[in-house]
Amino acid sequence: MQNFPGVGVSPGRIIGTVRQMPKPISEPPAGEQLAPGVTPEDATAALKAASQAVHDELKARAAHATGDGKAVLEATALMAKDTMLIKGAAKLVARGLSSERAIWESGSSVSEMLHNLGGYMAERATDVLDVRARIVAELRGVPAPGIPSSSTPFVLVAEDLAPADTATLDPNKVLALVTAGGGPQSHTAIIARSLGLPAVVAAIGVDELPDGTEVYVDGAGGSITADPDDTLRAAAEAWAATASLLAEFSGTGTTADGHLVPLLANVGGGKDAEAAAKLGAQGVGLFRTEFCFLERDSEPTVEEQAAAYKSVFDAFPGKKVVLRTLDAGADKPLPFLTDSTEPNPALGVRGYRTDFTTPGVLDRQLEAIALAEKQSEADVWVMAPMISTAEEAARFASMCADAGIRTPGVMVEVPSAALTAEAILREVGFASLGTNDLTQYAMAADRQLGPLANLNTPWQPAVLRLVGLTVEGSRAEGNNKPVGVCGEAAADPALAVVLTGLGVATLSMTARSLAAVAAVLKTVTLAEAQQLAKLALSAPSATEARAWVREKLPVLEELGL
Amino acid sequence: MPERIATIASRSGLHARPAALFAEAAGDVGVEVTIAMQGEPADEALDASSILSLMTLGAAKGDVVVLRAEGDGADAALDSLVKLLETDLDAE
Repeated sequence: MQNFPGVGVSPGRIIGTVRQMPKPISEPPAGEQLAPGVTPEDATAALKAASQAVHDELKARAAHATGDGKAVLEATALMAKDTMLIKGAAKLVARGLSSERAIWESGSSVSEMLHNLGGYMAERATDVLDVRARIVAELRGVPAPGIPSSSTPFVLVAEDLAPADTATLDPNKVLALVTAGGGPQSHTAIIARSLGLPAVVAAIGVDELPDGTEVYVDGAGGSITADPDDTLRAAAEAWAATASLLAEFSGTGTTADGHLVPLLANVGGGKDAEAAAKLGAQGVGLFRTEFCFLERDSEPTVEEQAAAYKSVFDAFPGKKVVLRTLDAGADKPLPFLTDSTEPNPALGVRGYRTDFTTPGVLDRQLEAIALAEKQSEADVWVMAPMISTAEEAARFASMCADAGIRTPGVMVEVPSAALTAEAILREVGFASLGTNDLTQYAMAADRQLGPLANLNTPWQPAVLRLVGLTVEGSRAEGNNKPVGVCGEAAADPALAVVLTGLGVATLSMTARSLAAVAAVLKTVTLAEAQQLAKLALSAPSATEARAWVREKLPVLEELGL
Repeated sequence: MPERIATIASRSGLHARPAALFAEAAGDVGVEVTIAMQGEPADEALDASSILSLMTLGAAKGDVVVLRAEGDGADAALDSLVKLLETDLDAE
């Protein structure tokens, strides 16, 4: 049995066979010529055959897809044999370039042209590059890039997954996600938790496992074992039995001694919100409004926005819905708000800061929120992302007041906001800790980078200290203003106990994690949670903080979390 | 050369799904069909069966385009394609 240690990011223990995500297609060398003996006519014929094959494959996949996915696949299939793309390549072949290099260059120029047209066309530019890579793969006789298709479920192993890969990820076909790169806050981790799939990231060497290898994946412990023995088989079977127990949440988050910790859901739109309500969420702790704006090249109207917000509010009548205003920039660019040429987008004009450069968008969003609130029964709270100073908090609060919004708040993601929480909370009604960005900024570690995975965990004592300081700031302010957590940290049952012990009032997470967090929380008293919080703060490292706390929570092992 | 005038009826213009449906239909008619915005010179017309060309044309709802084709069956082909452009394909 060969073991690959990594970082567990989504619990579950399963056994399955490996399917490797094909490596990205490498660029054919510049100036690569036709091989000796190959005429331009032969090469053009090969190119046309490859383009037809890619077209047929995509068309066949479109036949099995539905909705938006189907439309995208149909359009992409047509691009594969598009005359603009193929004639462009044929001209280069006639001049002596290899067919691979020719289609590569033709794809580049078409993609660049679409990119320069902006808007919807610019979004299709990446589809052209995808088609180009598929044609080169076909010409080379290697597997096409993207998630492999298979008739039987498998363990997907990749270097890392991009947001685009998730569109084609079928949760009925994938048993678990394992990546050699990526960190605990990477897209892979977020996708896995939202789909309820076990996942391990930063497991060096897994990308060398041959397809078909049988592996045991432990998504809580964070390891992959090739050719598992009977003990591991029994562990996977035991998980399958307990997993069904972790599917139900009673609808009340509480410690063993009755200290209430409302468990809320993170949602991106109406459909998410309905699903979260069905899973027992006690409200919404983070409504990411930018999902209503993505794929748009211009700002939606106030009425369009209000309708989108109302669809979320309507899923939680009489309950709390915390809405985050537009958080564009860094990994979520929006063409009408953000400057894609910034050298350092994570430290750039993003979140609340886009109001400095593009005033008006935020005012109109607040107007739409107030409009939607009037037409619904939800208790609507509104917070701004990326607030760094009390002055910004005060300005946001006055913008909310002008729009008729009663409960303004801030996200605490920038360490300066945690350090000055008392002054900030004098200006607004509540704070919510965004632990993903707070960790990235506190540790100065890009959340997408695999080599920094060990820095990039909310178990870092420095991050826990910032959480504690925010709660202390609220106490010093004196009006009992709530401090919640709405980052991925809240979805980790052991960390949820620590956060409760630090004095966090509410926990908001992907709805799939509610049952597991509730099950662990109700096994400890508030005093025990406070002890565990102290223990975590006293640890010299994130690894020890996590290990020490987990050791005191035997329920985690029993439940396989 | 036979030609026809058509007004784009799809709400999203000749983008996305309407463009895919039209390009596919234009590729299936058996004659080469070109498309241009009204008023553009004929020698700058684009291949109507190319979805990428249609996207760069950027025709929006209400825009008027000119379709041209030559050879056997050109008239029938153009008539069927005009009908497609003047249908709101987003509504289907």
